[in-house]
Amino acid sequence: MDSLSQLDQVKTTPWSGGRSPWSIEYGKLMMWFFLLSDAFTFSSLLVYYGAQRFSKTTWPNPDLVFQSIPGIKDSGAPLVFVGIMTFILIMSSVTMVLAVEAGHRRAKSQVVGWMIATIIGGFMFLGCQALEWTHLHHEGFWWGSIPDAEKLQEFFTGPVSNVAAQQFANLFFTITGFHGFHVFSGVIINIIILCMTINGTFEKRGHYLMVEKVGLYWHFVDLVWVFVFTFFYLV
Amino acid sequence: MSEQHIHTTEEHAHDEHAGLSKSKIWQVFFILLGITVVEFIIALVILPKGLVPRTAGNIAYILLTLLKAYYIVAFFMHLKFEKTGLKLSLGLAFIFIIYFITLMLIEGGYLHVHMTLHS
Repeated sequence: MDSLSQLDQVKTTPWSGGRSPWSIEYGKLMMWFFLLSDAFTFSSLLVYYGAQRFSKTTWPNPDLVFQSIPGIKDSGAPLVFVGIMTFILIMSSVTMVLAVEAGHRRAKSQVVGWMIATIIGGFMFLGCQALEWTHLHHEGFWWGSIPDAEKLQEFFTGPVSNVAAQQFANLFFTITGFHGFHVFSGVIINIIILCMTINGTFEKRGHYLMVEKVGLYWHFVDLVWVFVFTFFYLV
Repeated sequence: MSEQHIHTTEEHAHDEHAGLSKSKIWQVFFILLGITVVEFIIALVILPKGLVPRTAGNIAYILLTLLKAYYIVAFFMHLKFEKTGLKLSLGLAFIFIIYFITLMLIEGGYLHVHMTLHS
């Protein structure tokens, strides 16, 4: 046995080089690292929101602020509309993971079908969010503006605070806006991947790893919504 | 070099054939839906009737949210089936976030006590 083959024999542990130590494809690993950094960005926004709520003696009651279903009911239905939005996003996460599963079997037509379903879910969520924003804007909330004192009384169970109402409005539009921007870019990326699937790019490549990568991004957007939903609508 | 890259990619794609089965996907979906329904019951029935204090409700919300996050990350994002090294390198970073949450909530609580005049 010559020295070279002995050297080869030593190199069998995951970290001794020559292969991916976590046996994960490069693009997927980079997507994970990007999502980690994105998680830090969202966390910083939500932590600031938490610090603001802790520092105020009073805060707008979410059950009073969010109690309309646009086009159906103006008040008296807390959490119903956001419940629909949450369901849409969870559902689109399921269709995405079904697209990934179809990709493993290299079943092109099924990947196309599930990707279309995911894109429709994304657009539905964005539509709902647009309605939610319009409703709050009509109530008088926006970046840097709040409803007048009389109207504001309706949104507080305790004493009214202009500072708290303003912080609530700024943070609501910033955080859901940043999340909505992620959903929007996710939909765009999904459309690109759908076109590549229809063109047969992944069929030629021999694997559907790109679908998995956008899948990671899409699930992350769902994950962030779970936290936004809890801290803005429930707590 | 590039030949080797293609090789590892294909090998990886092959390994990944053992992804989530359809039944598992729907199982996770119903778990997520069920947790959300429980959150709604807390928000619309249990808290308005005053069966439990507000703080207990909030703790329940946060625990249920973390449970949902676990199911999304572990199954939908497939992290449960990745190598331990990857799980650790992604998970340990959240120590900083927990630290940051603790710091900022303490700061918020301090302002709550000392700046009530300006609230």
